[in-house]
Amino acid sequence: MVEGRMKAPSSLLPLRIEDVCFEAGGRRIIDRISLEIEAGARSVILGPNGAGKSVLMRICHGLLAPTSGRVIWNLSQPANGRHRQAMVFQRPVMLRRSALANVAYGLKLAGVERHERQARAQRALDGLGLAHLAGRSARVLSGGEQQRLALARAWALEPEVLFLDEPTANLDPGATREIETAIANIGAAGTKIIMVTHDLGAAKRLADEIIFLHDGRVLERAGAGRFFRGPGSREAAAFIQGELL
Amino acid sequence: MNGIPRLLLVWGLIAAHAAAIPAVAQDKFITVASTTSTEQSGLFGYLLPIYAKKTGVQVRVVALGTGQALDVGRRGDADVLFVHDKPAEEKFVADGFGVGRREVMYNDFVLIGPKGDPAMVARGRDIVAAFRKIQAAQAAFVSRGDKSGTHAAELRLWKDAGIDLASARGPWYRETGSGMGPALNTASSMNAYIFADRGTWLSFRNRGDLAVVVEGDTRLFNQYGVMLVNPARHPHVKKDLGQAFIDWIVSEEGQRVIAGYKIGGEQLFYPNARRG
Amino acid sequence: MGTIGLALGQAAELIAGFDPRLVQIVGLSFRVSLSAVVIAALIGLPLGAAIAVARFPGRQTVIVVLNALLGLPSVVVGLLVYLLLSRAGPLGPMGILFTPMAMVFAQAILVTPIIAAFTRQSVEDAWREYEEQLNSLGAGPVQAALTLLWDCRFSLLTTVLGGFGRAVAEVGAVMIVGGNIDGVTRVMTTAIALETSKGDLPLALGLGIVLISLVLALNAAAHLINEAAQRRYG
Repeated sequence: MVEGRMKAPSSLLPLRIEDVCFEAGGRRIIDRISLEIEAGARSVILGPNGAGKSVLMRICHGLLAPTSGRVIWNLSQPANGRHRQAMVFQRPVMLRRSALANVAYGLKLAGVERHERQARAQRALDGLGLAHLAGRSARVLSGGEQQRLALARAWALEPEVLFLDEPTANLDPGATREIETAIANIGAAGTKIIMVTHDLGAAKRLADEIIFLHDGRVLERAGAGRFFRGPGSREAAAFIQGELL
Repeated sequence: MNGIPRLLLVWGLIAAHAAAIPAVAQDKFITVASTTSTEQSGLFGYLLPIYAKKTGVQVRVVALGTGQALDVGRRGDADVLFVHDKPAEEKFVADGFGVGRREVMYNDFVLIGPKGDPAMVARGRDIVAAFRKIQAAQAAFVSRGDKSGTHAAELRLWKDAGIDLASARGPWYRETGSGMGPALNTASSMNAYIFADRGTWLSFRNRGDLAVVVEGDTRLFNQYGVMLVNPARHPHVKKDLGQAFIDWIVSEEGQRVIAGYKIGGEQLFYPNARRG
Repeated sequence: MGTIGLALGQAAELIAGFDPRLVQIVGLSFRVSLSAVVIAALIGLPLGAAIAVARFPGRQTVIVVLNALLGLPSVVVGLLVYLLLSRAGPLGPMGILFTPMAMVFAQAILVTPIIAAFTRQSVEDAWREYEEQLNSLGAGPVQAALTLLWDCRFSLLTTVLGGFGRAVAEVGAVMIVGGNIDGVTRVMTTAIALETSKGDLPLALGLGIVLISLVLALNAAAHLINEAAQRRYG
């Protein structure tokens, strides 16, 4: 992870989301969102359940196609260039192989050579404190360990952008702490963090900026400190108070 | 080694091993289409090893019903036909599917029935009279109903008895649509009369309460014929090896071997190949 | 009950005696069915995985037809293959009718839909769980299908064993295309059919017991391997 990578000329960012709409099952889930996401700050997309946060992130990552509108990266990626951006899901999905093999799998898809794969996978496991579990079957690990493994798998790809979809929603406080620390470290080393959560605590701990979503629209966008001190919108204020929206 | 390479290696090993399927033998062999009753009589098990030892040629017998055997011959899937339905065989030759038909041997049919003999036919020598009695008594009768040589012979006898099966048929007449063995099984479990070839009967183990009730009528003689599948029509037919087998079967030596086949001391087949 | 008792006695005698003809027949049964299953798996596994992962018009129809082929009667397959391989048929010049090769061919046709249909189901279930993650990592459809096949290997082993069971137990196809030729194409099931039609029921049943025992042993071995591997890999 090179310092100052975010200023490199061939950067994926800024990401431009232009007039994106998404409809499914007759419902409008994303309603004309336009955003520009720059390198550097840890961006957290916050909002109540059903606001459309996960859908928005999947559209950015390329897993879903918008019904209308465009998602434009700064650099056009090769067809299989998703390794420059990676995603960690709410529930980790591991293959029936060892922890190390799972990480190596991601590297293989990214076109990394066999011997380099093993080394990088091992480093990723070390970085997330999973070295002692390298040979164990990934699917028998605990929830927290699997999520850390998912993070290791994403991090091993050395992505420029890391998307995270409610990464700690299913974890206990101890595991949550470990994951959040790891996320902070990854961000500090130069990867752009874009995280979705409905958890105020996580947002407060991790965000540099908040993008507040409600009913498929961006209602507010501000630096984290400013947002939590005095949110601009009525809905955001209610949400922070813990009221149901 | 993980994942795909390992999968391929495992499959490769299994495939390589399983592919040790015996390749179609490079040894000399011919395919003979014959009938299930002939095979089940055990004649081939006795005769073919003798022939193989003498000539080194493996004779592969596919045993089917006569109708199916003739169909196999028509398609050219066999080299030689060895069946027992003279009218059908002569038509086969007339239609150009077979050549060089020779008579080989005969065995006889017998009427099998329950020892209790409800139609009272036992000990008679007149098969046609027996058939009339069975129909009159509406006694249970099992027929093969499979267009085999045996079935064809049975139908001729009903005709000779002046009985029109189509109208006389009733619950007493049961058609199984099967080979001799299964039909005998059915007759045994139903304690019914059945028209069978002696060979199959002699080797049949599941007799139940059945026994031979009528035999010896000349109308019961069952003539076997052998012929080559017409090589003009099917050039791939092994005509030299096939003809060699036919020549041997009708030769003095072959005929002696046929007469030598016995079950329980009883001769089954009576060689009757004529010169030329 | 008497017949069954006699049959058990026959079975014991057959196994203890190692009768060479029996050994030859058993060997041929297993070689024919194993070969057929290998071919069926080489076709059916990727086919099932491809249908599971791909989206194309008519996909639902393909799935329905594939499932329906599970009920394909073996005697019908035998008849169709016979017509194909007969000298009077399109593949006649190959000259493989009435040989073990024809039996492998027919059984492979019978078993391929079984493997494909069950693979399709297993892989589709797995795909639902893995789709987003695999897409996120950049796996293309072929890579995804192969990855899922390997990941589902335990269920797929059961599927393949099921295919083998179907093959080694069927008599309709091998009887027609093989001809039950003594010493050449006689397998366990056709031998049993022959002995039954000769009225030698204890022997027929005895052979049946031998066949079932061998298949049981094979399945037990496979199960142990499967269980051990599953414990290790979850």
